[in-house]
Amino acid sequence: MNNEAVIRTESLTRRFGDFVAVGEVTFEVPRAAIFGLLGPNGSGKSTLIRMLCGVLRPSAGTGSVLGVDIGANPEAIKRSIGYMSQKFSLYSDLSAVENLRFYGRIYGLDAARQRRREREVIELTGLGPYVDRLGAQLSGGWKQRLALACALIHEPEVIFLDEPTAGIDPVARRDLWDLLFALSHAGVTMFVTTHYMDEAERCTHVGYIYQSRLIALGRPGDLKVMPEVTPAGTRRFEIQCASPAAALAAAKNLKEVRDATLFGTTLHVLVAQDLTPESLLGLIAAGDASATCRPIGPTLEDVFVLLSRRETARGAA
Amino acid sequence: MNGFWAILLKEFTHLRRDRTTLLFTLGVPLLQMTIFGFAIQVTIENIPLAVLDLDGRQDSRRLVDAMVNTRTFQVVRRVNSLEGLRRSLTSGAAKAGLLIPADYSERLLRGEQAEVQLLIDGSDSQVASTALNAGSLLVMQMAVGRARMFGEAMQMAPSRGVTGKAAVPIELRPRMLYNPDLKSSHFFVPGLIAIILQVVLVFLTSFSIVKELEMGTLEQLFVTPVGRLGLLFGKLIPYTLLAFAELLVILVVMRLVFDVPINGRLAVLIGLSLLFIVTALGLGLLISTVSSTQLQAMQFAALIMLPSVLLSGFVFPRSEMPWPLWAIGFVLPVTYFVEILRGVILRGAEIADLVPHIFGLAICCAVILGLSLTRFRKQVG
Repeated sequence: MNNEAVIRTESLTRRFGDFVAVGEVTFEVPRAAIFGLLGPNGSGKSTLIRMLCGVLRPSAGTGSVLGVDIGANPEAIKRSIGYMSQKFSLYSDLSAVENLRFYGRIYGLDAARQRRREREVIELTGLGPYVDRLGAQLSGGWKQRLALACALIHEPEVIFLDEPTAGIDPVARRDLWDLLFALSHAGVTMFVTTHYMDEAERCTHVGYIYQSRLIALGRPGDLKVMPEVTPAGTRRFEIQCASPAAALAAAKNLKEVRDATLFGTTLHVLVAQDLTPESLLGLIAAGDASATCRPIGPTLEDVFVLLSRRETARGAA
Repeated sequence: MNGFWAILLKEFTHLRRDRTTLLFTLGVPLLQMTIFGFAIQVTIENIPLAVLDLDGRQDSRRLVDAMVNTRTFQVVRRVNSLEGLRRSLTSGAAKAGLLIPADYSERLLRGEQAEVQLLIDGSDSQVASTALNAGSLLVMQMAVGRARMFGEAMQMAPSRGVTGKAAVPIELRPRMLYNPDLKSSHFFVPGLIAIILQVVLVFLTSFSIVKELEMGTLEQLFVTPVGRLGLLFGKLIPYTLLAFAELLVILVVMRLVFDVPINGRLAVLIGLSLLFIVTALGLGLLISTVSSTQLQAMQFAALIMLPSVLLSGFVFPRSEMPWPLWAIGFVLPVTYFVEILRGVILRGAEIADLVPHIFGLAICCAVILGLSLTRFRKQVG
């Protein structure tokens, strides 16, 4: 059962007039996975989620959630999925528990199950002290927890989260991810869109959507070892030096350096194999005795940046 | 009908917590009833009159007194020059000026035709036409009176009444039906029911849906198994009840405060009002399907309200309109409902008397509901 695909799409496409919002996207999400969908604003993430949730009809291609076709039978999907949108979309003049009760009624839970689920999701999300607060009076993090609690009230098998952590503080963000892991352990499949690379690293599977097309797909570990990310004859180094900005400028002028980016106070460079760490330091941080250089693997960000560049180059060609 | 009760209960909670909406719902009708019922007086009285009486004897004074006695005129100024008369009118102090020539009494005595001049400020057409009618009628009556007096004195008359006295050959005996005192509140308040119901229903329903669209809660609902009809009925029924309660309040206020009797059957009145309520709900729903913000919804609602007030016959008689405006009235549900309301309330009309209007309203209802229901989908984008 573990390898069964809960979400499956085949060349899924959505056009708005001449504009292609999602173009021929094909992927599968196995049960209990946390699938992270990344991509810049306007790349088609929300459009894809809306199609999978059955509120937007695909223009072409097919997709299914829990074996139900999203084009042919969108209403049948809705009973077994949860959805949490990027902005707070609960009723701000209803209290937390009233919102929970409202969604319970919408899903037609009977009284006993409603009580049990209310207790369970309140305990899971830690909403206990805030149940009687109006939606409007909750802070950003608590609003998101309430939204998640509402999305979970009917025990969905799949949850779609559209940028659930946008605009909330780091502590609330980590707490929310802890919740997602707990759900994943309980067998719930999650489809999350995000802008944060560190969140992408936590996902079991990631996809990167760029200009409406899915250009990367796989487990984070598998993506990092893709040959395109570290082409044959190149290596990656992390350089620690006194003035990384100056080192970056110097590195960009070297023909052996394929890629260079600042990472906090360090510099990540992708260089030709034949350039030794010592000569590299001599070239870009000359006279800095404390400068160090150590080999590193690629991050997901490296993967996505490289793939996007390749895609842009292909588009220009 | 999935999720109907959930939406219904939620909607009542919104209504209970949203004081502004309740205030709007109750305050607007009261304000409108006060304005249309009390403030707007269509019967014009006490038109300010300036008098230049160059004659000043008994006959001319009798003429001025007669004008004042009609209650249509009120003497605000007596002037003693043509210039003074002119200034009274240009300054707006008087809306009409009466000029009695110096030889008025002599000419009457000599049996010659006397002329008096009535200058009327035509800038307010309603006041002007009232002044013209009242002035002409009064002078005509005085002239006939004098003619009869002369006739009696000469033992001859064009015709005689039952008592054998001289009388005018034809006499019109008018009788005002339905509104004998010609009170403008009788004309306005029944029609106002249509306007108030439309304002409340169109604004409230379109707002309650577009607000959810703006907040993102509607999209959240689309992702749930809530049924399209459950969602619609759950949202619309609370406002239907609110509108119905409002209808009853207006009817009570109309009966007790404005003293307008309901001459027709209450059941007919309420049944046809329900038809209109459903139509107005559909109109609100239709607006919500073409607006993406509450501001847009408000603009659309205002766009419909303006012709509904001005072109439906609620204020101005439709028979006087140029044909394009007259034609617009036919697509407004209010047009039919105003006719129905006046018919049932004032004239005691039965369903059989109102068939064309009921038919028109029913067609509006079917078209509007059909359009809005096909446009309202559980889909975004």
